[in-house]
Amino acid sequence: MDVLVCIKRVPLSGGKFTITEDGLDIETAKLGFTISPHEEVAVEEAVRIVEQHGGSVTVLTLGPAEAEEQIREQMAIGADRGILIETDSQEWDPQATATAIAEAITEDETDFDLVIMGNESADASGYQVGIRVAHKLGRPIVTGVKAMTVEADKATFERPVKTGRELYEVSLPAVVTVLDGLNIPRYPSVPGRIRAKKKPIERRNPERPESRLVKTRLEVPVTESKQAQVLGSGPEAAPAIVEIFKQIGVI
Amino acid sequence: MVLVLVDHDHGQLDELSLQAVTYGRELAASTGEPLDALVVGADGRSVAGALGEHGVTTVHVAVHEGLTDYAPLAWARAASEVATRTGASVVLATGSPRGNEVLAHLGALTDLPVAADCVEVTPGSPTKVVRARWGGSLMEEANLHGSPALVSLVPHTIVADPGGSASGDVAEFTPTFSDADLLVIAKPAAAAEESSGVSLADAKVIISGGRGVGSAEGFAPLEELAELLGGTIGCSRVVTGNGWRPHTEQVGQTGTKVAPDLYIACGISGATQHIAGCRNAKTMIVINTDPEAAIMGYADYAIIGDIGKVLPAIIEETRKAKAG
Repeated sequence: MDVLVCIKRVPLSGGKFTITEDGLDIETAKLGFTISPHEEVAVEEAVRIVEQHGGSVTVLTLGPAEAEEQIREQMAIGADRGILIETDSQEWDPQATATAIAEAITEDETDFDLVIMGNESADASGYQVGIRVAHKLGRPIVTGVKAMTVEADKATFERPVKTGRELYEVSLPAVVTVLDGLNIPRYPSVPGRIRAKKKPIERRNPERPESRLVKTRLEVPVTESKQAQVLGSGPEAAPAIVEIFKQIGVI
Repeated sequence: MVLVLVDHDHGQLDELSLQAVTYGRELAASTGEPLDALVVGADGRSVAGALGEHGVTTVHVAVHEGLTDYAPLAWARAASEVATRTGASVVLATGSPRGNEVLAHLGALTDLPVAADCVEVTPGSPTKVVRARWGGSLMEEANLHGSPALVSLVPHTIVADPGGSASGDVAEFTPTFSDADLLVIAKPAAAAEESSGVSLADAKVIISGGRGVGSAEGFAPLEELAELLGGTIGCSRVVTGNGWRPHTEQVGQTGTKVAPDLYIACGISGATQHIAGCRNAKTMIVINTDPEAAIMGYADYAIIGDIGKVLPAIIEETRKAKAG
């Protein structure tokens, strides 16, 4: 079973975002980087599938050269190899991203049985790259999955809905997008980190196609300028809190 | 023409779809075009009346023997067919899992760009949108180059409002698609698991714990307070990552988005991941040892202190107050 997981390097925001002067990006000079929780569980699931069935886990990302850091982190969890589709500093829109990912998958020497992605990226949250990739590959796709069982040639996916759960059964190869909560990802081990340094990463440099969804400005929503009124310190403040409970009618 | 993709559960209209129809009506009025809707499945006939009351002129009902259960690709084929036939300028879906999924399939089928999770759409060439990023922690202004403009609307951007009486004429059609389009189809939903309390998404009071709670056992006083206030437990991602609480209780961008009357955040620092899920709480109280924690910027009230000492005191005072 050969599994490919797509991840995306995104800033690790603390409490609040600051926007760059040109109004187009998040100020990342003081921020670390990570991947979405959806993608963390995607990699963990891929590693578990390969532990059970044998095979390989490949991690793919489209991003700047620095995204090697995110690939290596997932290699420390258990991914075997990486594909880095290197971009300039510009953001690629969902269509351009999906095209580049589908090309990389098609041209790879491995025929992947399963492609796993996050349901939506943490930053752009476009809810479409997985579906567009599946269309380009001509494979079935199930999205928003929170439980799965993978067998040799088919998979069962479970998706939460308001009324309970929906079940989908598809034959492999297939594409699936997953949600945080699918599993609890493991932490990388020290030997895992050491092995990760030596694993192969293949780099690709396609040209960026013209964007058709073009970001013109980013802003922090204005409603966020609250500042908590401090009612006190320690247990002595409890009566003041209970007064608030009364005011808002919860007791 | 503005086309709204309506979601329904076997004839039961979805509240978010009515919001999209209401927003679509405003869009149609601004461009002087009629408002149409697409409903997939024979059950859809029964919702035409309600859609008419919300301003829909023509309700396109896709009827096909294969369309009894939800099949995202087949739904998108039907949408593509109607959009082409009617020359729609905007196709609007709900920013729900299904709405965004069908819209993305439609974008892939037609090779058109999609702007998901919009809060504002201004039709034109290009169409201008304002859309949510980072679960709503940032807003993005963007230009969408494609016609029809494929957009979805963030839930609760607008209140569903009838007040737009139109004929709601039913136009049935049999969409054309292959068996392959029905390969991915939802098996009838398994029943929800028995749960003792209210669901997190609908809870009026949520007592939520983060890293500062320290352990699974540390949630005991939170549970006690939740019971006293008729509330339920929430938590941050650190907590589920450590296995202290199940993921069903996680509040945040990749967990559940909540809007309770009261949200008490215990030992939660306030990462944007978490704030994206609880920003709509009517009143937020924070209990935290760190007066500089990011969550202070989103809260109404705060107590600076150790939850292990503060919570028992609150529980005691609440008991006294309730005993009256």
